[in-house]
Amino acid sequence: MANAAKMQVTDEVAIQITAMNKWYGQFHVLRDINMTVNRGERIVVCGPSGSGKSTLIRCINRLEEHQAGTIIVDGTELTSDLKNIDKVRSEVGMVFQHFNLFPHLTILENLTLAPIWVRKTPKREAEETAMYFLEKVKIPEQALKYPGQLSGGQQQRVAIARSLCMKPRIMLFDEPTSALDPEMIKEVLDTMISLAEDGMTMICVTHEMGFAQAVANRVVFMDQGQIVEQNEPKEFFANPKSDRTKLFLSQILGH
Amino acid sequence: MSNSHFVRTQMLPAQKPPVGETGVIKWMRENLFSSWFNAILTFIGLWAVYALVSSSAPWFLNGVWTASSVDECRAIIAASAGEGASGACWAMINERWHQFMFGFFDRDEYWRPLLAFALLFVALSPVLYFNLRRPTMIMVGGAGAVLVVLLWGVGTDGWHLFLAAAVMAALAALAWFAPKHLLWVTLAFPATAFFLLWGGSVWAPVGVMLGFGIAVLIWRALHGLIGVTPAAAVAALVAFVWWGFLQGLLTGALAQALPAFSLPAEDSDRFGGFLLSFVIGVSAISASLPIGILLALGRRSDMFLIKTLSVGFIEFVRGVPLITMLFTASLLLQYFLPPQTNFDLILRVIILVSLFASAYIAEVIRGGLAALPRGQQEAADSLGLDYWQAQRLIIMPQALKVAIPGIVSSFIGLFKDTTLVALVGLADPLQGITKVVKADIAWKAAYWEPFIFVGAIFFIFCFSMSRYSMYLEQKLKTDHR
Repeated sequence: MANAAKMQVTDEVAIQITAMNKWYGQFHVLRDINMTVNRGERIVVCGPSGSGKSTLIRCINRLEEHQAGTIIVDGTELTSDLKNIDKVRSEVGMVFQHFNLFPHLTILENLTLAPIWVRKTPKREAEETAMYFLEKVKIPEQALKYPGQLSGGQQQRVAIARSLCMKPRIMLFDEPTSALDPEMIKEVLDTMISLAEDGMTMICVTHEMGFAQAVANRVVFMDQGQIVEQNEPKEFFANPKSDRTKLFLSQILGH
Repeated sequence: MSNSHFVRTQMLPAQKPPVGETGVIKWMRENLFSSWFNAILTFIGLWAVYALVSSSAPWFLNGVWTASSVDECRAIIAASAGEGASGACWAMINERWHQFMFGFFDRDEYWRPLLAFALLFVALSPVLYFNLRRPTMIMVGGAGAVLVVLLWGVGTDGWHLFLAAAVMAALAALAWFAPKHLLWVTLAFPATAFFLLWGGSVWAPVGVMLGFGIAVLIWRALHGLIGVTPAAAVAALVAFVWWGFLQGLLTGALAQALPAFSLPAEDSDRFGGFLLSFVIGVSAISASLPIGILLALGRRSDMFLIKTLSVGFIEFVRGVPLITMLFTASLLLQYFLPPQTNFDLILRVIILVSLFASAYIAEVIRGGLAALPRGQQEAADSLGLDYWQAQRLIIMPQALKVAIPGIVSSFIGLFKDTTLVALVGLADPLQGITKVVKADIAWKAAYWEPFIFVGAIFFIFCFSMSRYSMYLEQKLKTDHR
């Protein structure tokens, strides 16, 4: 189980979302989102499909644009200013459901690309960092292969390592295990748990309730583009307040 | 008794397939005689090949290489193969090959296009083989060997042969030890080739290249400060000011002061044959790829103006026949330019053929871009890469890889389309030169020979391009599907 002693939450605010709204054309996908994430917090966002949870975390590094309200990440407000957006993106790592590794580059090149071009790190140093994180996700021997030669679980661990190479202060996970075989889910979750133990600020969209119970210090439940309920995991699972949450939990935990 | 209970105690080892399921017999049974219908088709096919070969082989085999006219050819064939036998009169090619190759270029100056041709392959080698030393060296060395043979063929003296061999050997050594540095040859090639082909003072092409150099320096100084696109705009503006107003003063003065560095000038109307095809084809191919990439990106841009202009350009150019563009080049363009400008016809044709090809390339590349999953752009974004970095490092390498077959098809089409310049009075190898050669009463009766000769040369180069594209696809294949 996770090492709780190291997973301290600080008072410093990492992400501040205030009265945020987003529309896709006429469709109101995110409605009045208010959320504060402190440094060191590990938040699991869950909810039925189409509830806007992926859209929410994609707004945090502006893969999606919000139309009203403010999002402040690490003290930088997200506006249409490209400089700010690139700054936030280089501080916020993101892991996707479908890994999105670059298939034309080797694993090592996948990991060193952004440090070299965005951070202007010398190549040698970037490669050392990359090998360090590959050790950490336990696949250093795959460094010279191409993504297509790896299993799904390995690819997702590479994707996590790729984000870590940018030394991000916040990590976003968008259903990182949903495209994986059951046997591979565990290896990815283990990687994420060890990341949490190192004190990384994490927001994770997932249906892995075991993971939520093990490492999250807050679970956010969303439905129809709104935050319906948020609570500590123990309380959230044992004692859900809203009927919608109860229904959702009974459906995903019921079998 | 129930069958539902089974436990395997031993895993099965792999075994060899049965005899008759491998090798030639299996292949023939599957591909040639899989059914009676297939067997009939096989025999009809064999008969068709036999009929084709047996009817055309005598014509090729009876071919005559040395004669002074078609009549003499026929007499020789009649004497050797009997009355009424058919045969090719290759003597026409043997006598007039230089016109098919160089048009009306000064005979004493043939070394210039040949050297430019060899340098073309030197310049291409680092681009085609990504600095891999072995293929790069082979290509440069091969170009050198061919150059020496060709120079000897046009009667170059020993001293100059030795000089050419030494230069090419040095380049081959460079290819082996530092293939990356060959890119300087690539960068210098346009000016070098221009100087070799058109001659005149060396300072004019140097001045043009200086303009590019200035543009690059300005872009480098500014792109960190004001962004990539504005910096590119400023650089382009300064370069145009340089070419338009300042360059003439400098190069004029230099040509006065140092007149030694010049070659006898060759006018554009002396260009013809494959020389002309290569000048137009190579220039248009190398110009249309970058323009096509920019147009494809422009078409996907979020910026309304850029998108509209790109779509408008692509759709307009694709909607107009190439011949219209060529007539525009030869006739109309002159009306729109200031009265004194004497804009070379070949240059005008190159510009319009490039623009024409770039519209097709843009659409092919757009197909490649559409084949990429959205996640690639998102992953690049989420790592903090800016637009141009993402395009250059992530999107374009993958999109171009998908688009290689289409791009190379466009290039092959473009290269063959260079024969259409006959319609605006340029001497292309197929029609222009053939007409000139057949104007001689001695060769008037020849019909198939020039077409087969020119067609064969086009085939060699187009087929090489096609093989190269297959090599490239294989080389870039990293998805292991």
